Amino acid sequence: GIFFWSVRLFVGLYSPPADALPVFVVAKQWMWTLQHRNGRREINELHVPTDTPIKLVMTSQDVIHSFFIPELRVKQDVVPGRYTLLWFNIDKPGTYHLYCAEYCGTEHSQMGGVVTALPPAQFSAWLQHGNARSSLAERGFAAYRRYGCSGCHESGASVHAPSLRNLFGTPVQLQDGRRVIADESYLRDSILLPMKDIVAGYATVMPNYSGQMSEDDLMAIIDYLRDEKYRTDEQPESKDAP
Amino acid sequence: MSSYLGDGYTLKSWLTTRDHKRIALLYMISITAFFAIGGGAATIMRLELATPAGDLVQPHTYNELFTVHGVIMVWFFLIPSIPSVLGNFLVPLMIGARDMAFPRLNLASWYILLAGGALTLYGILMGGVDTGWTFYTPFSTMFSNSYVVIVVIGVFVAGFSSIFTGINFIVTVHTLRAPGMTWFRLPLFVWANYATSIILVLATPVLAMTLILIALERIFQIGIFDPALGGDPLLFQHLFWFYSHPAVYIMVLPAMGVASEIIPCFARRPVFGYRFMTYAILAISSIGFLVWGHHMFVSGQSMYASVVFSLLSFLVAIPSAIKVFNWLATLYQGSIELSAPMIYALGFVGLFTIGGLTGLFLAALALDVHLTDTYFVVAHFHYIMVGGSVAAYLGGLHFWWPKISGRLYPEMWGRVAAILIFVGFNLTFFPQYLLGYEGMPRRYHSYAPEYQLLNVLSSAGASILAIAYVLPFGYMLWSIFYGQRAPANPWQATGLEWTTPSPPPTHNFAQTPQVTQAPYAYTREMPS
Amino acid sequence: MTATAFDDAAQREHAAVLGLWIFLISELMFFGPLFLGYVYGRVQWSAGFAAASRATDIELGSINTAILLTSSFTMAAAIALRELAPRMARALLLATATCGAVFLAIKGIEYHDDWRRHLFPAHAFYFDAAHAQAAQYFFWIYFAVTALHALHLLIGIGVVSALATRAQQANAPRWELTGLYWHFVDCVWIFLYPMLYLVGTR
Ligand code: HEA
Ligand code: HEA
Ligand code: HEC
Ligand code: CUA
Ligand SMILES: [Cu+2]
Repeated sequence: GIFFWSVRLFVGLYSPPADALPVFVVAKQWMWTLQHRNGRREINELHVPTDTPIKLVMTSQDVIHSFFIPELRVKQDVVPGRYTLLWFNIDKPGTYHLYCAEYCGTEHSQMGGVVTALPPAQFSAWLQHGNARSSLAERGFAAYRRYGCSGCHESGASVHAPSLRNLFGTPVQLQDGRRVIADESYLRDSILLPMKDIVAGYATVMPNYSGQMSEDDLMAIIDYLRDEKYRTDEQPESKDAP
Repeated sequence: MSSYLGDGYTLKSWLTTRDHKRIALLYMISITAFFAIGGGAATIMRLELATPAGDLVQPHTYNELFTVHGVIMVWFFLIPSIPSVLGNFLVPLMIGARDMAFPRLNLASWYILLAGGALTLYGILMGGVDTGWTFYTPFSTMFSNSYVVIVVIGVFVAGFSSIFTGINFIVTVHTLRAPGMTWFRLPLFVWANYATSIILVLATPVLAMTLILIALERIFQIGIFDPALGGDPLLFQHLFWFYSHPAVYIMVLPAMGVASEIIPCFARRPVFGYRFMTYAILAISSIGFLVWGHHMFVSGQSMYASVVFSLLSFLVAIPSAIKVFNWLATLYQGSIELSAPMIYALGFVGLFTIGGLTGLFLAALALDVHLTDTYFVVAHFHYIMVGGSVAAYLGGLHFWWPKISGRLYPEMWGRVAAILIFVGFNLTFFPQYLLGYEGMPRRYHSYAPEYQLLNVLSSAGASILAIAYVLPFGYMLWSIFYGQRAPANPWQATGLEWTTPSPPPTHNFAQTPQVTQAPYAYTREMPS
Repeated sequence: MTATAFDDAAQREHAAVLGLWIFLISELMFFGPLFLGYVYGRVQWSAGFAAASRATDIELGSINTAILLTSSFTMAAAIALRELAPRMARALLLATATCGAVFLAIKGIEYHDDWRRHLFPAHAFYFDAAHAQAAQYFFWIYFAVTALHALHLLIGIGVVSALATRAQQANAPRWELTGLYWHFVDCVWIFLYPMLYLVGTR
């Protein structure tokens, strides 16, 4: 009984709703860097709207950390070299503790912060306020050009490479027969370890970007690809909405 | 015939002995020293945690303290405790053998443990390690600035002590049982040590290799656990827990064996469901190999793997439950005498049950997400390991003390200490369940002020516990010189070990005994 | 009173053989993490592992496999001939140890070669860029597992030579135990050979 109940809850914890609002998290000894889609960055502080599913896409630059909000009963290790996801939905405005729960070295016990939940309207105002940076997707587009991705992946290219438009969140048929959903982890691996998952019908010519691309650029590109998807889905507003 | 204690008084006669009973005493002395070191570290930790601010020691020092505490307590105290001390002393006696199958290997195991301990202590004195006893990568391999390599090698060396001890027990039980001592006439303590040995032999080498890989990865800065090189830190976790979960049964099965000897004796009733007890022991030791992933529910391992590991962890509770119910059934309608060993044994059953049930909380996926890496986990394992196994070890030490030393310990003091340990223990660790539930993460050098009250309680309990642990040390030592001489069988217990004089002669039995009946032939009429 | 726990020689032999078997099972588990690491890498980069294994020297590897198989045969023959032809048996033991030594020598040459070709993962490693990461991982496993095997073989050579020098005095179980250990070391190689040399060949 307890077993099945807890499995159900657990599976729930692992399945963020498709429309969850993504926030990108990079952990390093001993701080949290959080970035919203419009480019606003925070350190050891996270502002989120209430009554909105939030999805954290997390990775670490050094050792394993763990993102823990005790009041919400959620926790997820943050592992270097891969993305892990965590999602939650806060219904009461307020502040919540944020802890690092996986031992990560000297200042492990100091690696905490606060999560502030604001009503959606206040949150939008907060989000716009004092943000001088361009949005993640814009920076992602720039990086996409800078790293030369467009040279192969745009329709005019001479190399035979799959189109990335409309890719995010859709199933991909791989050469070895598997079908996978193109989520953040898949995109990450496709870029850093292109030899791992080969798309059916394409040659293995894509260069390996591991070690050459910062986590920041990678997140920006992934957000750009997500954005592409939203644009073709004809949801022009979704880009600016929080 | 002279007793094994009288068979040579020089230091050399001890350091070169092949006698399993003397080797057991060598182990006893060394692990007591290790316990004091681990306990000393715990004492400083609890002092630090009495206030929310990190004011007593530096954060780095605190991290080294809990690492030392965990490493020493697990590998140099608890794993060798019951098997190497009581097991070494008793298994040959209980099966009617003159010694272990490989006496020289037995002595070598002790030296190997000391060598490993010396290396580890050397690393600690050089500057210490701050990785936690779990050595998680990539922290341990790439980021920690401490003496990881030397400590890891120390534990690696000690691992061989475990392996050789395991081989010795298995072969001894297979080949040296006295005539008539069939498998199902073996005392449960022997069964427990036998099953433990299987785990020692199968799981320890995996740890050994994993530790070597850590050392190599640190030295060469390249390896298979580093994500920057395409390796996988989760691979390390899988390997570590593949050893360390079975290892927790190394730490509890022998304790269950001790309880299974003491309870029938002081309830004057045969063990209830002997066969089921043996099957349960074997089931625990085999299913125990399949549940390691329950330490990794939030690590990023696949969700499906987590579900399977969770289910298997629930299954492993069934044989444990069988054991608990059988002990209770043994007590039922027994004429119970609350002597010191019995108090420890009953404490073991109760605290193991609490620790085990909270283990099930942790094995329930959704709960673990909240509770993992909090003080709830710390409380869970101290309930089993300290409240359970250490208590059983002490209980066993008291129970067989007349046999080991030839003297009786002062019963009054024994009871006082046992009760004090029970009280101090609960005061120390029960608040930690609440702390964990409220979300205080473990391995924290400083914490939010709202957790202070419970932490102060816990530190207060730890002081009681520290005093209570020193008591047995004192009066046992006293009894060696001034204690009353013990008869061969002071508890009117069954079992071949009680047919020998106290203390037993060097070769245990003048004549190989003939076994004609099942163990635990207790009746209520027998006076105790 | 004798200082042993055994009633008779037969019982002692039984214990020794059982003890060695358990030890060997334990040894197998010792290799386990390396095998698991290998499986992980192969799943992660199957093409890369194939490419990397093509860089190992299949000729030397195959020669070494043949040598070890021969040594297993001489070992078995030595045991069989122990009583019938003691001198022959002793010669066979020496042949076994020699095979082991030759194996190690060839392995040394191979290591030297690998080093020169920049295949040692922690020093000036170089590999075709597309598979560099996989190859580095592969060679890490390669060196770790072959070195561990070589260490075992070295111990094996010592044990066999020790037996050869005291061939007359040693009793049957001693021969048997030595043989058991030797066969174990061979067996491990039989697994390593396809893993490290053959995966890439089509
Ligand atoms: C001797 C040591 C020991 C023992 C025996 C156990 C036994 C068990 N442990 Fe524990 N455990 C540890 C030592 C031990 N553990 C340690 C050291 C850690 C932390 C390591 C670290 O991270 O540093 C840990 C961590 C740990 C975790 C990971 C927590 C986390 O980090 O997130 C989990 C999760 O499943 C777990 C589960 C269990 C279970 C299900 C059992 C079961 O075997 C318990 C079975 C027993 C019972 C269930 C009680 C008896 C039964 C009854 C009275 C009958 C009634 C009940 C039912 C039928 C349900 N343990
Ligand atoms: C067998 C195992 C064992 C034992 C016995 C203990 C015993 C104790 N443990 Fe420990 N503990 C662990 C295994 C054990 N622990 C492990 C594995 C961890 C995890 C480490 C990690 O995170 O990496 C841990 C972590 C741990 C923590 C969490 C640290 C953190 O996460 O920040 C705490 C905190 O309170 C704690 C407290 C205690 C206390 C108060 C005792 C007390 O019971 C100790 C009492 C003993 C004494 C005070 C010594 C008594 C004195 C003598 C016997 C002297 C006699 C001798 C002479 C006079 C010469 N332990
Ligand atoms: C030399 C040409 C080339 C360049 C440059 C290149 N790619 Fe690719 N890419 C390919 C090819 C060919 C494939 C299909 C084969 C495969 O999966 O490896 C592909 C596959 C992908 C996929 C998986 C697509 C799917 O449909 O699942 C993603 C995502 C991707 N590339 C992103 C990028 C990004 C981001 C960059 C720049 C940082 C980039 N690529 C640069 C050639 C290239
Ligand atoms: Cu970051 Cu602990
Ligand atoms: Cu476990």
